[in-house]
Amino acid sequence: MVVPVLLLVALSAIIPLMTVVNYSVQDTFGNNEFFWVGTEWFQEILQSERFHNALLRTLLFSGLILAIEIPLGIAIALAMPRRGAWVSVCLVLMALPLLIPWNVVGTIWQVFGRVDIGLLGHGLASVGIDYNYTQNTLDAWATLIIMDVWHWTSLVVLLCYSGLVAIPEVFYQAARIDGASRWSVFRYIQLPKIKRVLLIAVLLRFMDSFMIYTEPFVVTGGGPGNATTFLSIDLVQMAVGQFDLGPAAAMSLIYFLVILLLCWVFYTVMTSHDNETQNGARRAGGSR
Amino acid sequence: MLELQQVSHKIAGETYIDNISLKLERGTLTVLLGPTLAGKTSLMRLMAGLDKPDSGDILFDHKSVLGVPVQKRNIAMVYQQFINYPTLTVYDNIASPLVVAGVKREEIGRRVAEIATLLQLTPLLQRKPAALSGGQQQRVALARALIKRADLVLLDEPLANLDYKLREELRAELPRLFAHMGAVLVYATTEPTEALILGGNTVCMHAGRAVEVGTTMDLYRRPAGLLAARLFSDPPLNTVAVTGSAGNFSFHQALPAFRLGNNVSLSGDFTFSVRPHSLQTEKPASNAIALPATVAVTELSGSESYVHFDFCGQAWVALLHGIREFARDEQVQFWVQPEHVMLFDANQQRIALAAN
Amino acid sequence: MACIELQQIAHRYSALPGEASAYAVQPLSQVWQDGGAYALLGPSGCGKTTLLNIISGLLRASAGRVLFDGVDVTGLSTERRNIAQVFQFPVVYDTLSVADNLAFPLRNRGLKIAEIETRVATVLQLLGLEHMARVRARSLNADDKQKISLGRGLVRTDVNAILFDEPLTVIDPHLKWKLRTELKKIHQQFGHTMIYVTHDQTEALTFAERVIVMYEGAVVQIGTPQELFEKPAHTFVGKFIGSPGMNVLPCATDAGNLLLAGKVIGKLPYSASGAGQLELGIRPEYVSLVATAAGNPDSLPAVITAVEDNGKHFVVRASINDMPISAIVREGAAIPESPRIILDPAKINLYRNSHLVTA
Repeated sequence: MVVPVLLLVALSAIIPLMTVVNYSVQDTFGNNEFFWVGTEWFQEILQSERFHNALLRTLLFSGLILAIEIPLGIAIALAMPRRGAWVSVCLVLMALPLLIPWNVVGTIWQVFGRVDIGLLGHGLASVGIDYNYTQNTLDAWATLIIMDVWHWTSLVVLLCYSGLVAIPEVFYQAARIDGASRWSVFRYIQLPKIKRVLLIAVLLRFMDSFMIYTEPFVVTGGGPGNATTFLSIDLVQMAVGQFDLGPAAAMSLIYFLVILLLCWVFYTVMTSHDNETQNGARRAGGSR
Repeated sequence: MLELQQVSHKIAGETYIDNISLKLERGTLTVLLGPTLAGKTSLMRLMAGLDKPDSGDILFDHKSVLGVPVQKRNIAMVYQQFINYPTLTVYDNIASPLVVAGVKREEIGRRVAEIATLLQLTPLLQRKPAALSGGQQQRVALARALIKRADLVLLDEPLANLDYKLREELRAELPRLFAHMGAVLVYATTEPTEALILGGNTVCMHAGRAVEVGTTMDLYRRPAGLLAARLFSDPPLNTVAVTGSAGNFSFHQALPAFRLGNNVSLSGDFTFSVRPHSLQTEKPASNAIALPATVAVTELSGSESYVHFDFCGQAWVALLHGIREFARDEQVQFWVQPEHVMLFDANQQRIALAAN
Repeated sequence: MACIELQQIAHRYSALPGEASAYAVQPLSQVWQDGGAYALLGPSGCGKTTLLNIISGLLRASAGRVLFDGVDVTGLSTERRNIAQVFQFPVVYDTLSVADNLAFPLRNRGLKIAEIETRVATVLQLLGLEHMARVRARSLNADDKQKISLGRGLVRTDVNAILFDEPLTVIDPHLKWKLRTELKKIHQQFGHTMIYVTHDQTEALTFAERVIVMYEGAVVQIGTPQELFEKPAHTFVGKFIGSPGMNVLPCATDAGNLLLAGKVIGKLPYSASGAGQLELGIRPEYVSLVATAAGNPDSLPAVITAVEDNGKHFVVRASINDMPISAIVREGAAIPESPRIILDPAKINLYRNSHLVTA
């Protein structure tokens, strides 16, 4: 029963991965001749300043994204109606940004921010604000972050909303009777109950933002200079632009391991005190 | 015959079923009686094949069924929550096991009609489950289980979510429904009254162990241990510690000593227990034991009175016929006949007194 | 503590297009005395929970007014009505400890810390949860969680009323007894107005001083447990209360005599003239079985269909001319093989069109 799936995974994931590993430990002089260099590429990458800078930029970007999108997503989900005709309208509105192809998103914002023809760029310039994402680092970062927030907050909203809607009405009734304030209701009822979905939202957003490529590439191309050259962009420049397959392969493996590590850390931290929930849930779940 | 041999089951390090061995014959009804978390559902899931035991063997008709997946076993299960296919009509719901088994249409029609009459569902056959009341939905679930003519029918507290009156009605019908089925019937419940009405055999469960097994009436009238005696008491069993010395017993307070049975070798610490309906306010016989009490609260329930009182520091309850109201802190004298007393030793095993 | 009055309260849920909406609660007026213990008893869907939510303010009635001590509170929200409500399923704040859960309603109302601690300690002791005060509510089992739910309803001393919505449904039988008795003791001790919704007639009859029986949105009878048991105003009440419920058998009259299955069984206690089906109702507790007709002229022959032993007594299911009748026989009494049935004449109720006929 499992063999077809294994075959599929092997073909689409494991074998390509092995090719990358293969490249990462070899070097070439051209003419398709390869020789073993062991961990040389890995050492070079890990010590290169270029790699460190790209890593820091990516970490900063992910951090800012999470810091904005998660609270904003929760807030919007809380504000959405749980019953009635407006529910479908809100859900559709929230889903729209997620349906747009990623390079189209990039293109939208690239044009949007242009000083000459973009609504945003031109508008800001006409009000007197000096805004140019192709030349100013801060402007470039701001544009990318706002674009990502616009694009992906809906995911957090929809996930949190599904968690909120699953809370039985009786909890809200009891909270009213207990005289709980809005904040208390959020803190003691809603937040604990959406913990699981929130974890999924955080993990998804972290992974996606850490690996982000298409949108920033389309908008800034990694510029100005290398101000928005994230790890992924740097990697592609090295592999496809410079055709340095060895270092590129090594870097992609390191990239992969970094993501794995950070995800594991997130997951452990967020589920550490969940173990007592597991036991509690078992005992409270009615007949055994 | 369904046989469990030293079955144990652990989940995440916690023992849910602890070394249970049972033999359940075809055509018998076995009640699993115990509080929530006693392991009743876990045991039923093992019997059904939904879970695999960590140790021990499960045999059906002398053949091990451990590796057999649930779909291949001929079993039916009814749950506490009324589980029906929400998009199918009642008729299709009841017919679904037969459709899966590939039975012919006319045969299906005949059998569904038969079961529907049995469970009084005939006028409802074209409705969807959402349009039915709780009791009716559970009847549909029961019909679906019965039509299969399964070898093993498992019912997990099927009446627990029903109104009190509906529960009474359905409970009275169950023995009639289960008769002549020739299957192994297992019924889990927390209510001793249900066990007594259903009869058959009972397995008293506590903390994953089968504490006592036997005919329901036997376990009720002659429990081997204090745990089984408690499980079967509704209202709760009244107990108090007593000390015996060569057959003479005394409460741990300044009250006259009394004799129980003829065994003069009984000495040591014992647990003296009386079922609430065995207590009386008039002295029934010359050898009745006196129990002076301070009333805490009286509950009147139409034809009976539950008097809660304090006796030797224990909270006791008496079930009296008729409306008997006592004031709070009133001193009342209760009596119990020695043949209605159950005595348990320090290991919570019952001592056979002459009369029992 | 407050006297709660309902004036012409009625409620219907908004109708779907094309459907006439039925009353969830038919127009009723009712006064709940200050400090009384009431039970709302009825089968599922009879409107008892709707009525409870109207009293607590979680639901706004389609019509009518709600008054607390003469003050119109119909427009007031739940928080301002100062009531406590306990629900069927445990509602606990998972992240707080047991003690904090109990203190929650008090903290929200700004009580002093010392007072909060005293109240919480009292309730912890009442429910037997002292040893768990610091445990996080999330890791407890359903019984304990429901106790916490109950506790939160009891921890406030100044409430106008405490409302219970089938609170013991999820509790095991043994604990049910203990908790019910505790509630009754609390009522006797503190004298809160308590309204208890249930479908379990034992719970209703043992807890309440007055029971309100509801059926399909209407109040069928209000009375003490005793009155409901001895003189049910409607055959529905007779069958709903009592385990097993009242026997209802079609009967006839003839020149001042009461006839059952064509045979005279006694004198008609009072005039029962009128149109419609006449039935007699008698509780199984008042039906006795004797072995012979000798000395029992009013007895009727019956056939036993089943005998149930529930440990406390026997329930004998029999039939007289294919009319089913149940009798309760005490432990120790003999059950004759071909019994004759005697109905206690003082306990016979007459019903015309299902309503009680009174003298």
